[in-house]
Amino acid sequence: MLGLDKKDTSLLIIVAILTLLAPFILNPFPTGSAMAQFNAGYPDLMQRFVIFGIFAIGFNILFGLTGYLSFGHAAFLGVGSYSAVWMFKLLSYNVIPAIALSVVVAALFSLLIGYVSLRRSGIYFSILTLAFAQMSFALAYSVLSNPKFNLTNGETGLQVYADDPQIFHRDSLPDMPHLFGLSMRSTYKLDIGAWSFDFNAGYYLCAVIMMVMFYLAIRIFRSPFGMMLRAVKSNQQRMNYTGLNPRPYTLAAFVISGMYAGLAGGLMAAMDPLAGAERMQWTASGEVVLMTILGGAGTLIGPVLGAGFIKYFENIFSKINDNILHQWFSFLPDGIEDFMVFIVHPFIGKGWHLTLGILFMLVVIFLPGGLVEGGQRLGKWIRNRGKGATDAKTKQEPAE
Amino acid sequence: MGILEVKNVGKRFGGLQALSDVNLSVAENTVHAIIGPNGAGKSTLLNCLVGKLIPDSGSVMFDGQSVLGRAPYEINQMGISRVFQTPEIFGDLTVLENMMIPCFAKRDGAFELNALPSVSSQKDVMDRAMHMLEEMRMADKRNMHAAAMSRGDKRRLEIGMCLSQEPRLLLLDEPTAGMARADTNNTIDLLKQIKQERDITIAIIEHDMHVVFSLAERITVLAQGTPLVEDTPENIKGHPKVREAYLGESA
Amino acid sequence: MDAIILQILNGLDKGSAYALIALGLTLIFGTLGVVNFAHGALFMIGAFCAVTVQRLLNLSFQTVDETQKDFLGNPLKVDTPYVEAWFGPEVGATIIDWSVPLAVVFAIPIMLAVGYAMERGLIKHFYKRPHADQILVTFGLAIVLQEIIKYFFGANPIQTPEPSALKGSLDIGLMLGFDPNAIIYPIWRLVYFAFAAVIIGGVFAFLQFTTFGMVVRAGMADRETVGLLGINIDKRFTIMFGIAAGVAGLAGVMYGPLNPPNYHMGMDFLVLSFVVVVVGGMGSLPGAVAAGFLLGVLESFASTTWATTTIPGINQIIIYLVAIIILLTRPRGLMGRKGVMEE
Repeated sequence: MLGLDKKDTSLLIIVAILTLLAPFILNPFPTGSAMAQFNAGYPDLMQRFVIFGIFAIGFNILFGLTGYLSFGHAAFLGVGSYSAVWMFKLLSYNVIPAIALSVVVAALFSLLIGYVSLRRSGIYFSILTLAFAQMSFALAYSVLSNPKFNLTNGETGLQVYADDPQIFHRDSLPDMPHLFGLSMRSTYKLDIGAWSFDFNAGYYLCAVIMMVMFYLAIRIFRSPFGMMLRAVKSNQQRMNYTGLNPRPYTLAAFVISGMYAGLAGGLMAAMDPLAGAERMQWTASGEVVLMTILGGAGTLIGPVLGAGFIKYFENIFSKINDNILHQWFSFLPDGIEDFMVFIVHPFIGKGWHLTLGILFMLVVIFLPGGLVEGGQRLGKWIRNRGKGATDAKTKQEPAE
Repeated sequence: MGILEVKNVGKRFGGLQALSDVNLSVAENTVHAIIGPNGAGKSTLLNCLVGKLIPDSGSVMFDGQSVLGRAPYEINQMGISRVFQTPEIFGDLTVLENMMIPCFAKRDGAFELNALPSVSSQKDVMDRAMHMLEEMRMADKRNMHAAAMSRGDKRRLEIGMCLSQEPRLLLLDEPTAGMARADTNNTIDLLKQIKQERDITIAIIEHDMHVVFSLAERITVLAQGTPLVEDTPENIKGHPKVREAYLGESA
Repeated sequence: MDAIILQILNGLDKGSAYALIALGLTLIFGTLGVVNFAHGALFMIGAFCAVTVQRLLNLSFQTVDETQKDFLGNPLKVDTPYVEAWFGPEVGATIIDWSVPLAVVFAIPIMLAVGYAMERGLIKHFYKRPHADQILVTFGLAIVLQEIIKYFFGANPIQTPEPSALKGSLDIGLMLGFDPNAIIYPIWRLVYFAFAAVIIGGVFAFLQFTTFGMVVRAGMADRETVGLLGINIDKRFTIMFGIAAGVAGLAGVMYGPLNPPNYHMGMDFLVLSFVVVVVGGMGSLPGAVAAGFLLGVLESFASTTWATTTIPGINQIIIYLVAIIILLTRPRGLMGRKGVMEE
């Protein structure tokens, strides 16, 4: 279907079902119950899942296929956000031109940075992209924000003001990002018994775009171009001596992944019309690296899993506090309860980054293939155990 | 006029004169061996032919065109394919994919953004790669990871990849180095068969005299960065200068 | 003329910090072939050694002074640091005052131990892994170290003042024959520069004049050959990692008075130090030091009012701009050797 083989088609269908039914799947616990804090089905978080999913899918096209580790992709995300907000300021709150421009600007920007950075490979490339991203951050934070020429509005962040031109804005249109009049914030609440589900317009826009981008990523992975990118990672020397020029291949991958990042940035602004420089900081670039690795670099579904995993646990861990911990461990004797809370305390709430860092190290050390590889290993182990049991049986039989 | 003409090539690394005044002419459709003791400059010369190094002086012409200053991939597209001393293949890819990549390079040139059609839809390239694998007698291994193969198979695959580009000149850099006798003989047979079946020029750098005398029609002996003699294998065998260079015997 | 000298001097302290961190990065990279993204965290840990020493010296016990009353009329509670009780009030107060320089002594064993633990416990397992994995695991480690420090010391910068004897400024202009007040320079910055110069000199002398250093330099040039000679390179490289950690840590200890330590200072310096290493030339120790000072001074010139009014914010991007230009024109950096990380 759609030019995909059977396996990829079923993968795409599974992802489509999961994203479309996410409001149900992510809200398994009745509202008001003790477990409701583990629900993730509210619009804001669901939007983040799919937006970072897009970001990570794109990053994976570069890193997963070619092995070029960019530490500067947050710059393209930031550029996308700024472009989108400028469209809001100049034209109207309609998200289509905003998203379109964010992709175009990110493409140009990544072409420029990629052209320079890809003159070097290996760690030089990583450091160059890092330097570019930090420079972009400094540009956005201070250089391009001065009375003479204010492109980014510095520390405050770029936002839409009442005196902005918004030449296509009409009074009948909502005063926030919308798709031809459908506000991105409009949410339909469905109550079934004790459960409550949110169906948010913004989420569904992002979800549909993510599915399209996921589909495109599958096509790229399975194409001759995708094969060439894997060849770049495997052996550049052989590539050169096979009459192929690796540089335009890597540059194309870089620009494509930059466009994905720009799209993610544009969608972020479309959900919340604000763009700040902190989105471009290298720790933000580190986050997308993390998502890709954690899920499984070079696999199709890995980056989506990684993005979902990190954003979900970021949300849950940040919400847990000592009171909740005491509730959890209340079945233990007092002394041990306090001790357990004391042990867990550094990792929750504001300690989420500590958990993340440790998780990151553990994945790189023990599971370089990420969650996907972990799942495969687990599956193999279970199968082998099943087989081992039958093997033992068959071995015993002849002995009798 | 040979298909490959090397004239007065010199190359210096710091204080070391690696090549000086090298002249070499490889005639079309012959097997030309370049031999010489360690440090004679064989590899340096080869690297000058494929664009990895640029000589300080002299010229290298392939089929009437200069190769100097061109990138390796451009020289390859001109019709020179290179087989490395240790097989250079795409270890992370399957054997079939390994064979398809040069076929794509032959069909689409140095770069083609062919990002949406699936690989399996590229029937012409697929057929060509399968055909080549059959010729190399490794079609049964097509779904194997290339890195998992034996060294002999890797060598065979690499030669097959080069041949699938239909090069006019095949350069082999010590293709049997580190191989067991049986593998060496297989490689000799393979190269003989290749030579019989198609119009191709082969230039081979080799240590193993057994290989050289089984294959070569012309031999150039290189010593201390400069050609000593060039002649037929029969004449080279008894040449006093060659014995001197190799065995340190005084003539 | 005096303005130029002033800007050069102003760039020296940051340049010293860049040079010291870049020196360690280069040592680790050149010897172990590892790209250490956690090196900034070592600088930060050094700075927090100073904070810890300062807190330890200020540990106090409380006594009730019946002779004095607080504003509610209750007897006044007086905190007396233990050091003052042990060594007498005056000596004790001096010790507390000199806590930052004292922390150097304290930091050396700690940093060596941290470096040793890092290399044996983690980095060692990554020698044969791809550079991307090394970057990623040390990046993860940097986050962990920084969050641990944040957990214990909080997110706010902590003041670690210099000894009061070294507070204030010198009128360097006067010494050089300029008008009074032309070049006023804080004493601690001079101290920092001198300190950095001593450490850099020490490291170079160590590498130049000891057999150990000779082997390490040979190993940097050609690891395999030295390994073939039957010399246990790995053990020496572990020590080298400890030394690099020590250099970064000491750079951090002494930097406290210039900029109160906070948990993310390591990351801030790391990115710039990487740029410094690349500009200097990967694997070149003199390159790292020279580029460190060069970029520090350059940043200082870009921070002048004249520069910032011409191009607002130029001081924040000048280093990156220069780095990009240098990398494009001289891909190996200012003093890079051929063959280091070429593929």
